[in-house]
Amino acid sequence: MPTFVYMTRCDGCGQCVDICPSDIMHIDKTLRRAYNIEPNMCWECYSCVKACPHHAIDVRGYADFAPLGHSVRVHRDEEKGTIAWRIKFRNGKKDMELLAPITTKPWGTAIPKLADQPAPSQAVRDSELLFNEPKYIRLDDGNLHTLKSAGLKLKAGVYY
Amino acid sequence: MGYKTIIEDDIDILVAGAGLGGTGAAFEARYWGKNKKIVIAEKANIDRSGAVAQGLYAINCYMGTRFGENNPEDHVRYARMDLMGMVREDLAFDMARHVDSTVHQFEEWGLPLMRNPKTGAYMREGRWQIMIHGESYKPIVAEAAKKSADKVFNRICVTHLLMDDSRENRVAGAVGFNVRTGNYHVFKSKTVICGAGGASNIFKPRSVGEGAGRVWYAPWSSGSAYGLMIEAGAKMTQMENRIVLARFKDGYGPVGAYFLHLKTYTQNGLGEEYESKWFPALTEMVGKEYLDTEGQHLSHKPIPTCLRNHAFISEVNAGRGPIHMVTMEAFQDPHLEEIGWHNFLGMTVGQAVLWASTDVDPKYENPELTTSEPYVMGSHATGCGAWCSGPEDVSPPEYYWGYNRMTTVEGLFGAGDAVGGTPHAFSSGSFTEGRLAAKAACKYIDDGKGEGIVVSDKQIADLREKIYKPLETYKVYSNEVVAGSVNPNFINPRQGLDRLQKLMDEYCGGFGVNYMTNEKLLQIGLRKLKMLDEDMAKIAASDIHELLRAWELHHRVRTSESVFQHTLFRKETRWPGYYYRGDAMKLDDENWHVLTVSHRDRKTGEYTMEKAPLYHLVADE
Repeated sequence: MPTFVYMTRCDGCGQCVDICPSDIMHIDKTLRRAYNIEPNMCWECYSCVKACPHHAIDVRGYADFAPLGHSVRVHRDEEKGTIAWRIKFRNGKKDMELLAPITTKPWGTAIPKLADQPAPSQAVRDSELLFNEPKYIRLDDGNLHTLKSAGLKLKAGVYY
Repeated sequence: MGYKTIIEDDIDILVAGAGLGGTGAAFEARYWGKNKKIVIAEKANIDRSGAVAQGLYAINCYMGTRFGENNPEDHVRYARMDLMGMVREDLAFDMARHVDSTVHQFEEWGLPLMRNPKTGAYMREGRWQIMIHGESYKPIVAEAAKKSADKVFNRICVTHLLMDDSRENRVAGAVGFNVRTGNYHVFKSKTVICGAGGASNIFKPRSVGEGAGRVWYAPWSSGSAYGLMIEAGAKMTQMENRIVLARFKDGYGPVGAYFLHLKTYTQNGLGEEYESKWFPALTEMVGKEYLDTEGQHLSHKPIPTCLRNHAFISEVNAGRGPIHMVTMEAFQDPHLEEIGWHNFLGMTVGQAVLWASTDVDPKYENPELTTSEPYVMGSHATGCGAWCSGPEDVSPPEYYWGYNRMTTVEGLFGAGDAVGGTPHAFSSGSFTEGRLAAKAACKYIDDGKGEGIVVSDKQIADLREKIYKPLETYKVYSNEVVAGSVNPNFINPRQGLDRLQKLMDEYCGGFGVNYMTNEKLLQIGLRKLKMLDEDMAKIAASDIHELLRAWELHHRVRTSESVFQHTLFRKETRWPGYYYRGDAMKLDDENWHVLTVSHRDRKTGEYTMEKAPLYHLVADE
């Protein structure tokens, strides 16, 4: 279901161009508005639909298998931390609204800046531990699993 | 051509491709390399790039040791069983013992992980999967990567790795071009962590025309992980192990939550259970060790993914299709119905669009399933990728050469799809592999292994010429014809992609031939691929966007060549349901209980194949 852009809603701001993972949302040079230049490389990932500040981008199911007359619309709100969907069937019999959280924390605030963390000791560098380990493995005092701690060894051959 | 050459020098760690693997690498690298220069080069925008751009509704790799659920070795045994024995168990164990610490951080960062209200543990979808509201999974991990990196270069299509001119087989950075400005970018770096992706769209897809983008793995997954590393001379492993997915028809919506959480099940067109009747013959093919239906029943071991595919394909071929997912029972529960829809909206919106457009309400109608075209990747139920070193405290000598997740090219590391032999890493495991690679890359630099790298001006100039050649070809020849896309001097990237998909499908075991191939077919296919490879020198691009497609195709061709060579080498049918070697229809443990390892000579393009021993985790008595 490739994307398309409504002429009257698009103001050519380019946010869809900036976000599209497939590089297929481009600005038409004459109309100065966005459009999908390569529908058969569109994954209908909705990244551009969600990013558009004017809800100017929509999706029409792939012509080779999706009949006309449906609608799946979305509104993603980073402030509220939610995403809202509305699905309408071709025959009009189903009209569903669904809401889901997209984050549990105010946007971007809960991610540590590792440059500010105390530097790891040489002993930790020489160990197999990663940042925040061993604590974060089980959130207890346990250590990293090793072959020894698990009572295992690696043996060549056919074993099941 | 007026494109600028922009050189970024003195990089310590270059992350080439920032999906889940690359973001994990960039994030972690800062902790071990406080003063190191960490740079990301990404083809798209890291906020929505890679296979997780769209989001995920589950994290498919979480041990839950904290809740007493699983230990790392349990996951290794599961992956071994699912992949018919073919796993790098040192790497798999290493990933599994670290993955929970990754997931616990994700929760702290704000990724909504669902909890089981009764136990307080994460909501399980299956034994290994936990359920999340992951629409913003990628923006969240991208934020972590951005906080660690010195610079993020979005919209850089990395085309080649740079090699040290003073010493054989050592990486020196990467080059590529900006898909917006067209400028040539040179990244000189002591190490490169390849986080680029696996390959969709190398086998002909079932969808035609406009729907060709509705592939299971993202259409922008262009096999660049393999294209980049193979051309740098890195050894690859298990490239024959392509994957075929049983998914909802046309939309390729995921079935995991449906099977595991919603408890839906499959039946044939007559409304019958069909899987088990194919098992006796399958046991003949693969041996009791891999499918023992009696024993399986007692042990509750899941049936390997490929073998379930085999039953599906066989049943359809026997004329008893279509295969349906029985949703009508589960969907009577409004809560489960909502989960069913959320599951698609969170990671495959297209399936919701398809059902809306065809009036398929799974509450009143059981939707059709299909088996997909094959994909080449290394983090789902398949383990294609580079032959990498494991960790010092786990790996046997054949699997260890100094730095965790380092390929056979010095200073070149892998994460996610790039690392071979590590199936079932999924998103969380790929991020974890990135973290492991980052720590090892820092150590490599601290050990002085990245000193004295020389990148000649000639290497930089030669690659520049190569990269822009498709634009030049177009300029020179396009006016020789009146108009249109037919030209005797060149092909465009789409035409090349179509040719690749057709020959992969017909000769390498695509859906069009029921996943069947044999030595003769493979040899013909390789010959045709060689000609396509030659024609790649004559590919034309009318603009920078097409230049991007040309280089993606180049990586896909290089990936395909490797898939052909590996498939030819392994003379057995190890994974019925993924592909069949018609001239060797049985699993052959006597000769092929090994990992396949390939090397493509950088200068001649010649392949050499070898077998590497398989080590398994066993009790240390």
